[in-house]
Order: sequence, then structure tokens, then C-alpha cells
Amino acid sequence: MNPGADSVGAGAGSGADARPRVALFVTCLANIYRPNVGLAAVALLERAGCTVEVPLTQTCCGQPSYNNGDLDGAAKTARQTIEAFEDFDYVVAPSGSCGGMLRDFPRLFASEPGWQQRARAMAEKTYELISFLTDIRGMTSVDAAYPHRVTYHDSCHGLRALGIKEQPRRLLGTVRGLELAELADSEICCGFGGTFCVKYPEISGRMVSDKAAAINATEAEVLLGGDLGCLLNIAGRLGREGGRVRVYHVAEVLAGMADVPGLGDPRQPKGGS
Amino acid sequence: MEPLSHAFKERSVWALQDETLQVALNRAKDGFAVKRAKAVGALPEFESLRDRAVDIKNHTLENLDHYLERYADAVERSGGKVHWASSAEDARRIVVEICQASGARMITKGKSMVGEEVGVNGALEEAGFEVVETDLGEYIIQLAHEPPSHIIVPAVHKTRGQIADLFHQNHQKYGLTRKLAEVPEMVNEARQVLRDKYLAADVGITGANFLIAESGTSVIVTNEGNGDLTCSLPKVHIVTAGIEKVVPTAEDASTLLRLLGRSATGQDMTTYTTFTTGPKRSGDTDGPEEYHVVLIDNGRTTMLGDQFREMLRCIRCGACMNHCPVYGAIGGHAYGWVYPGPMGSVLTPLAVGLKEAGNLPNACTLNGHCAEVCPVRIPLPDLLRTLRHREYQLRLGLKPMRWGLAAWVWFTTHPRIYRMGTRVQARMLALLAGRKGRFRRMPLAGSWFRGGRDLPAPQGETFMAVWQRRQRGKG
Repeated sequence: MNPGADSVGAGAGSGADARPRVALFVTCLANIYRPNVGLAAVALLERAGCTVEVPLTQTCCGQPSYNNGDLDGAAKTARQTIEAFEDFDYVVAPSGSCGGMLRDFPRLFASEPGWQQRARAMAEKTYELISFLTDIRGMTSVDAAYPHRVTYHDSCHGLRALGIKEQPRRLLGTVRGLELAELADSEICCGFGGTFCVKYPEISGRMVSDKAAAINATEAEVLLGGDLGCLLNIAGRLGREGGRVRVYHVAEVLAGMADVPGLGDPRQPKGGS
Repeated sequence: MEPLSHAFKERSVWALQDETLQVALNRAKDGFAVKRAKAVGALPEFESLRDRAVDIKNHTLENLDHYLERYADAVERSGGKVHWASSAEDARRIVVEICQASGARMITKGKSMVGEEVGVNGALEEAGFEVVETDLGEYIIQLAHEPPSHIIVPAVHKTRGQIADLFHQNHQKYGLTRKLAEVPEMVNEARQVLRDKYLAADVGITGANFLIAESGTSVIVTNEGNGDLTCSLPKVHIVTAGIEKVVPTAEDASTLLRLLGRSATGQDMTTYTTFTTGPKRSGDTDGPEEYHVVLIDNGRTTMLGDQFREMLRCIRCGACMNHCPVYGAIGGHAYGWVYPGPMGSVLTPLAVGLKEAGNLPNACTLNGHCAEVCPVRIPLPDLLRTLRHREYQLRLGLKPMRWGLAAWVWFTTHPRIYRMGTRVQARMLALLAGRKGRFRRMPLAGSWFRGGRDLPAPQGETFMAVWQRRQRGKG
């Protein structure tokens, strides 16, 4: 069960069935803050030959509980997620952090072999969006234009837990007009860290202001990244400083859907000018 | 040392506001990481060396009793004496007794983190001995009456100007009255002062980077050669070491040495690597007359038996703190005890209790950089998360956080209510933010804004609402 990109449209007569059924785990932050990221993910997955479904019973990946020591709570949330997603060919999330958490689910069920088996089966078919497009679906280019100088922040969980580094850069390299200026210290944490950013706001604030300084030094117009937690934090800091750098999820640019205001930007007046 | 970890939050804020400290931290920030990356890049077998190191350490820990006995036997055969200290108090008492029995007055010390851990200096000074640290960094913080802020560069928090002042104040009594400005001059002056101490010392105390079981040998690495003078000139040499320092063979020690220098300072090897085995033998031209090893448990056997066993692989290289963005922002003193940074955030709560040090495992973004560079692959973020779990089970954390988590779990297991709730939240926040598209402040969310940042507003609709509408349109 590992259909490559070349299976797209194969099998005349049962064409639709040859397309892998991909369930989108949209993540809490994209759901609440940035539906455009979910729509961009759907568009990219469909272009990669997938049938996309969105289980309505999905909620959270459980990281708030997991990372604050409430392992029983995390397991409760995880069961909800497993039940919603285990019947699909793939589970894909536009986040290395939440996707990485789904991959970690088996750890929550050390004393429940039945659930651990289910968690493992789901973890094995769970991917972060961009790496799924490139590594599993063999996507090598996108049909999008974005004539801007951009820089890219490597979110820690995607980078270190899932090995996501050159995949987004490879696809960004095929966006017409896009110029990528590498960010110094792009692998250093932005200071978000889930509840860390509100438990230790002063330390978190220092880390994100260092990140903002590095971004400004690239003279990029736009910052891209693959995780909304980090992007909200960075956009919040850039906004506070009053700078001009706009912030988007990388999927929005790759799908050609970055035509809405960036994170934290003023909303376009209704009806236009 | 009396732990101050309970005050981590306040101490970290002071650290962020301390301009001199920030100058020192910024100067040190990238140096070690860049040097390490260069050294690692130049050694193709680095990753396989890490695997071997993990195997060596795991094997030794699984058979720790066996290798400790072998080591102790070898020390005794070479004419040395082994002392077993189960607690910090035992260790202090044993060291003081050895010094008293030898009729010592003056004691020189090489850098030893376990010495800091059990508080050797304080105990010796209380017993009336003059104790002089001979590692330049340790010497500086001894003059400043401060604990180390880093496990391999103890005075990394000090600026050149501060060190010049310290020397100026403390070296007057040796007739050295000129205020110095350049680093080489300061190093020379410290050497001059320390040289007389080496010659006058009755006892030399060093730590150990490794203890070799097959030969009873203790290994230390230094860059200043101070360790050699500390262990060979006085008539008594005392080695203080945690029991996890033992490795089976010299071959094993050399594997670990290849990782240690590269991970710590980016050096292939430190300038000096010193092997000592027993006291002076008849016919030897130099060396101590007495050779003592104090093997310190102080909680290590407890770690051996629980989920924190992997922490005992630690070879104290400091790479985790050199790559930790939290450590980089606040320095080591904020952590409030002997060991700072990621490894310290695991060790400190185990040593002084979660009630005292509960902030340490929480003050981490779980970004994983420390585990990525750890030469013995200790899963530091996992261990920190395990400590958070223990804290949660002991009900030590803040109550509102507990309630919040319980509410969130309930919410996430009721998808219809979750969909409705998030829909209301997204709509309300977007309305409140209006055209600005972001918040500069918000009641009950002050902590976010205390980080000096705005909060971007949602687009307005949840993804689920958009999707459901789209599906209906299709149907």
C-alpha cells in the first residue's frame, strides 16, 4: 500500500479508487487561526493525486497534555484521533509538530497492547504535509508564482523528529519568481514551545526577538515556515516591532493561495477600494 | 550548595536584564556550536563513534557493580585506597578526614563538577584548610565567590573587565598591583600566583573524566595543564568521582575521549589528557605518596534503577547547554544549582527534588537540539517530559494549568462541542481584532504579551466550517 505519484489517474474504470484516500488532520491552530492553510493543504494533496477527506470527529493531537505531564489526558485525546483516522490510507497534517505527535502515539499506550497496536498502525501512515508530497507522492514541482524574496524558518519538531529540511526548499525552488534568502540560525528554536511561551514569556520573548532580528537581516519580504505555532509567535513579534515582513505557512505559497493577508496583517476592507 | 532553583523564574528574568551577563553570553553563544560542528564534520566516523559510546556506557551501567569492584581492586593493587561515599555528606567527610590525617594545610584543586555537587570546597574551608582552585575559570569564580555557570567553562558569564577587577582586588596581597587589560597578561598573572600554590600544596584534589576498571586508572582532560600539577606535586592525591565514570578498558576510555573534546570545545583532543594510577612507586621520580579515590553515589544508584538510567551515560561535555537556546538566553546561574542547561534540568530535580526544581524541566521548548548533539545520545527532551509527568502525578504544578488541561481533554473528546466552540472562538477573536488583524493586548492572556509580541487574529471562520459548507455545496 504505497502508491507512488505515477499511480495518479491509473486504472481506467476504477480510476477514483486508485487514488489513495488521505485524511487531513488540519490541527487546532490551522482550524481556528488559518483555515487557508487547510484549504491549501487540500489543494496540494489533490494535485498530488490524492482523494482528500476531513474526518469531522478530529480535534487535537494531544500535545498540550503530553508536554505538560498529563499522559492519561493525552491518551484520551489520542484515542479520539485514532478512531477518527485509522481507516484511511494516509494521515497528513500541515504541521511537523502535530504530525510528529501522532507518530508518538504508541508511547502513550505502553500498558494497553490493543491500543498500542492501533496507534502504531496509524503512526506508520502519518506524515507532515510537505514531506508527504515530496517523499511519498514524488512531487517535484508546483505550479505557482510568488514574485517575492522569502526566507524560511525550520520548525524544530519537523526538522529533528521528522527530518524535514530540504523538502520545502525543493518545492519552493520551483515557484516562479520566488527568491529564497536563507535565514541565519534557521535551525534555532523561535521560543514558541507550546505552553512554554506563556509559562516563561520573558525567555520566550528573548528567543523570538533574536529570531526576528535574524529574519530582518535577510531583507526578505516574507517569512515562511511549516508550523503555525512558530509562525504565530514570530508574526506576533514582527508585528510588535512594526516591521514589514509578512508571514505565511509554506503550503499557502506552494498552493498559490497566499493572496490573502498574512498572519497578523490588517484585513482587507470589504468590497475593496 | 544550597539550591536556589525554586527562584528560577525570578533569576531568569534578572539574567535577561543583566547587561554585563548578556554581553558575556552573546560573546560565547555561537563559538562552541561552530567549533563543534567543524570538528564533527571533519570526522566521518563520528556517528558510529556515538553508537559505540552508547554501547560502552550501556554495557557498563548494566554491569556497574562488577566494573566498580574491578576498578576498586585494581586501585588497591596499585597501592591506592578506595573510599565509598553513598551521600554528599559522606563524600565531604571522607575528603576532610583524608586531608586531616595527612596533616595538610594547603590544598590545590583541579576542576571537578562532582566536587561542586557534594560541596567539597565549603567543607574543607570550614575545617580550616586553604583551598585553591587551579583551573583558570574555577579560580576566577572562586575569587568571585560564585558557583560555576557552565560545566566546562565555569566563568563563561564573566567579562574580561570583571576578571581584571577581580584580579586587581585579590592579587594586591602578592605584590601584584597593576590593573591588567589584556587576556595574556591576566593568564600570566594567574599562573604566577598559582605556581606558588602548587609548590606549597599538601593535597591535590582532582575529578575524573573516566575511571578505567582494568587498570585502576583515573583520566582527566584539561587545557591548562593544571591537572597534572595538582595530581603530581602534592604528597597526597585525592580523586573524587561519580560511580558512573567507570569504563571497562583503556580502549573504551579512548573511544569516549574522541567524542568528549569534539563535543565540548570542538577540539580533537584537549591539550592535556592525564592518566594516573596509584601513588609513586619505588623508583618513580615524582608522584604522590598517597593516592585516594572517593567513589560517590549521591543518588546515582537510584537513577540506575528508574527511568533516568540513560542520564548516567552523560560524560559532562556541555554540548547540550552550548546548543540550548534557553541556556543561551539566561546563562547557568538562573538554574540555581550546580548543573545548568538541559542535563542540569534532568539532574537537578533528581538531586534536590521536584518541589525545589520543578521549573527546570518545564523551562524547555522541547526543540530537541540538545539530544541532537549529545555524544552519548541521551534523550534529554524525553527525560524532561518524564519529569513533567512525575510533577503532574505528584500534583506539584500550578492548579490553573491542571484545570485547563482537564478542560481541554474534555473538549477534545467531544468533537461536536469542539467544532462549535472553536467556531465561536475564531469568529469572536476575528470580530474583536477588527481590521487591525491582531491584538496588542487581551484580558487573561497577559503572558503571551509579556513576551513582547502581538497576537495575530484568526481569519474568522474555522477550517471545519469552511469545509462543511464546501461539502454541502458539492452534495
